[in-house]
Amino acid sequence: MEPLTWTGSISFLNPVLMIIIAALAVAIAVWIAIGLLDAVSVINIEGDTATLSGPAAFNELVKTGILYVFYALVAVVLAYLLLGVVMGTNAGIVGAISYQFSSVWVALILLFALSMAFKRRLGLYGKLYDSPIGMIGFGIVMFWVFVGIFGAMDMIVTHDPLSQVSGMKNKVPGTPLRNIEDGQYAWYLLGGDNLARDVFSRMVSGAWIVVQIAPLATLFAFMVGITLGLPAGYYGGRLDTFLSFLANLILAFPVILLFYLLVTPEIIATGVPNYMAAVLFIFPIVFIAVLLNSRYYTRPNFRTPLLTGVLGLAIWLYLALISTKGYVINNDQTTIPGLPTVLDPFDIPGGILVVFVSVVFVNSPTVFRIVRGLALDIKTRDYVAAAQTRGEGPWYIMLWEILPNARGPLIVDFCLRIGYTTILLGTLGFFGLGLPPESPDWGSTINEGRKLLSIYLHPALPPAFALLSLVLGLNLLADGLREESLKD
Amino acid sequence: MGLFILRRFGVMLLTALCLTFVVFFLTNLYPNLEKLAKTQGNQRMSDEQVANWLENRGYSQPLLIKYGQWLGVAPGFTNTLSDGQVVGNCIRPGIAPEDAPNFCGVLQGEWGQSTVFKDDVGAIVSKRLGNTGYLMFWVLVLMVPSALIVGVLAGMKEGSILDRSLSTFSIITTATPEYVSGVIFIAIFTSSTVGLKWFKGTATSAMDNPTFENFFLPVLTISLYGMGYIARMTRASMTEVMTAQYIRTARLKGVSFPNIVMKHALRNALIAPFTVIMLQFPWLLNGVVIVETLFNYKGFGWALVQAAGNNDIQLLLGISVVSVFVVLFTQLISDIGYVYLNPRIRIS
Repeated sequence: MEPLTWTGSISFLNPVLMIIIAALAVAIAVWIAIGLLDAVSVINIEGDTATLSGPAAFNELVKTGILYVFYALVAVVLAYLLLGVVMGTNAGIVGAISYQFSSVWVALILLFALSMAFKRRLGLYGKLYDSPIGMIGFGIVMFWVFVGIFGAMDMIVTHDPLSQVSGMKNKVPGTPLRNIEDGQYAWYLLGGDNLARDVFSRMVSGAWIVVQIAPLATLFAFMVGITLGLPAGYYGGRLDTFLSFLANLILAFPVILLFYLLVTPEIIATGVPNYMAAVLFIFPIVFIAVLLNSRYYTRPNFRTPLLTGVLGLAIWLYLALISTKGYVINNDQTTIPGLPTVLDPFDIPGGILVVFVSVVFVNSPTVFRIVRGLALDIKTRDYVAAAQTRGEGPWYIMLWEILPNARGPLIVDFCLRIGYTTILLGTLGFFGLGLPPESPDWGSTINEGRKLLSIYLHPALPPAFALLSLVLGLNLLADGLREESLKD
Repeated sequence: MGLFILRRFGVMLLTALCLTFVVFFLTNLYPNLEKLAKTQGNQRMSDEQVANWLENRGYSQPLLIKYGQWLGVAPGFTNTLSDGQVVGNCIRPGIAPEDAPNFCGVLQGEWGQSTVFKDDVGAIVSKRLGNTGYLMFWVLVLMVPSALIVGVLAGMKEGSILDRSLSTFSIITTATPEYVSGVIFIAIFTSSTVGLKWFKGTATSAMDNPTFENFFLPVLTISLYGMGYIARMTRASMTEVMTAQYIRTARLKGVSFPNIVMKHALRNALIAPFTVIMLQFPWLLNGVVIVETLFNYKGFGWALVQAAGNNDIQLLLGISVVSVFVVLFTQLISDIGYVYLNPRIRIS
């Protein structure tokens, strides 16, 4: 087998791409220069509708130019990807990767087409498609989500992310395998790392770890933060002082020190994370119970079966989540029996549970502070006073009057916080905490790759760019959502 | 104001006490002590030997007593081993056991002995803090002015070309954690494959002889991540000020644009970023740990990693006290500074 070049037989596109990138760079430089001059010299009073002349006309020209060059860039990139999907490995590494990602492209196109078609009926999510920035961000995020999901379904990865192939240690991208067995993919698309594992497959599998943990951990942190923050803001007084003190206490810890204290094998052996999981995971149940009860308590015939069903399910999930092999905690000192193994549908590996718990623990005080601040602000509004006059209970007011009206900032923060959680997960991996050392998560891979960085670039850079783009996508998405939600 | 500061100091002390107790509790869990015993004594000790080792050195006392000893409110532990060696937390090499003081805790100014570095914790922490302080100084010198300039330029005219491009820049920097940007910088500027050998990939030599070549990349890596956030806050504050009535008045009476920005807007727009910069310190502390590990610069963050990795109880406690005080002190300064900078609050 021949080693793959980056673009293979579609390399005729490379000069085109170079020219377009150079043109874009020049245009943007001119644009920024105009902007600088413009900002200093022109006084622009609101509602100023002066006719375009001289510099302003030139400005428009540059703007249109940039737009066209940008479209050309997108077209060329799409051509690379499309030719890649059609030609596979003939189109070099880029083509082969694009071919591997085919399922992701299909899913993305379907998602965008459907959402665009029905965007007027989709509320805030539909409005996202009015903002280009939000759309780009959402596209990047969904790209990684699909990569994670399809990667876990074995549709993308070319090799097992943990297996080592002899002779592939630190090999550059596109190196063919020495002895190809039947059904084995013939190349290491992004090269091999210092243990001769496939960098591309590890990057794809790393996406699945992030997609599994980050949104869920953020959701749990929000449940904890909301359940504690709403009463703290609404009631105020001693409760507020106490909870705020606790939140500040956790926030005063440097995150990394906290991780080092919580996520070590010794601490896992004592079961401290399991206790923390048992406490933290109660909050979602409390949240759901109070949410439903405060709404429907006037209709007991409906409420009682609803609550029994929902809470039954939630408590079963809770027990399944915190118990492993029939025990909540099972070590030398203490043994707490949990859900019997027969009823336990899934066991969470110890490492993942600890990472999950510590990330929730670190995030929830910040969410608490945000929710508390919003509750303090919103509780002075007239509609809250109206609800109080109607005689609604405090929890109804908090969860059905205050919380829906705080949703804008909370949704935006949710997106940003998933990004922050992704960064935290990377930090954990970077220090080798929590997940097993051979795990393909991005932080661990970056940490391994950085040791030989001065000689071999390829093992460390793909996960680094993957993490960067996902977090960037989430930030852009949050920006788009903020813009759109302000328009109401 | 005096009462306010006093109360804040009270809360600060209480927080520090709670936090050190949490650290103390977690580091004194039995598996951690077992690890300590095995790294200090012998890797192949049996469970019984471990228990003995811990018993002899006072690690098996009740938690509260040990915490009291560390604080210096309970008399220090001493014990004579079977071979005649006297051990205890007040015994120091070079001082006869009889002369050792009875109390030796934080209140007496004794921070204990580090088990990893075999040295006094106070000395280690102050030396490492010195290194980190130097790093932080340059980070602030680079980060604060550039963040403010980016934020003010972007916020002068909301939605302008300049605003768009600078905002994109700040979003990208906030989305790049230190371990990503650091790796990318090392790859681009130091590796032999790219060929631009402009900087050095490690900052070890920067501890004795900091030069632009070996010190710029760590500084840049920390500053970039913090910069985006401050710039965005400054931009938000600046756009808010630029729509205020007094700016419109100034425009209508014909003040030139640079003058409006410099004399009228800037001072009011910089109140909020000041708070943000101060509250950014705890985050910088995280960045410091990552960057010092990445660039092998032996400062405070590096010491934290070493202490935590080896369960060095006394050193960890010392480090957490320092970091807690950094965090709470910056909060205090930001509160006081906010009151001082904002004339509406200051005068009323």
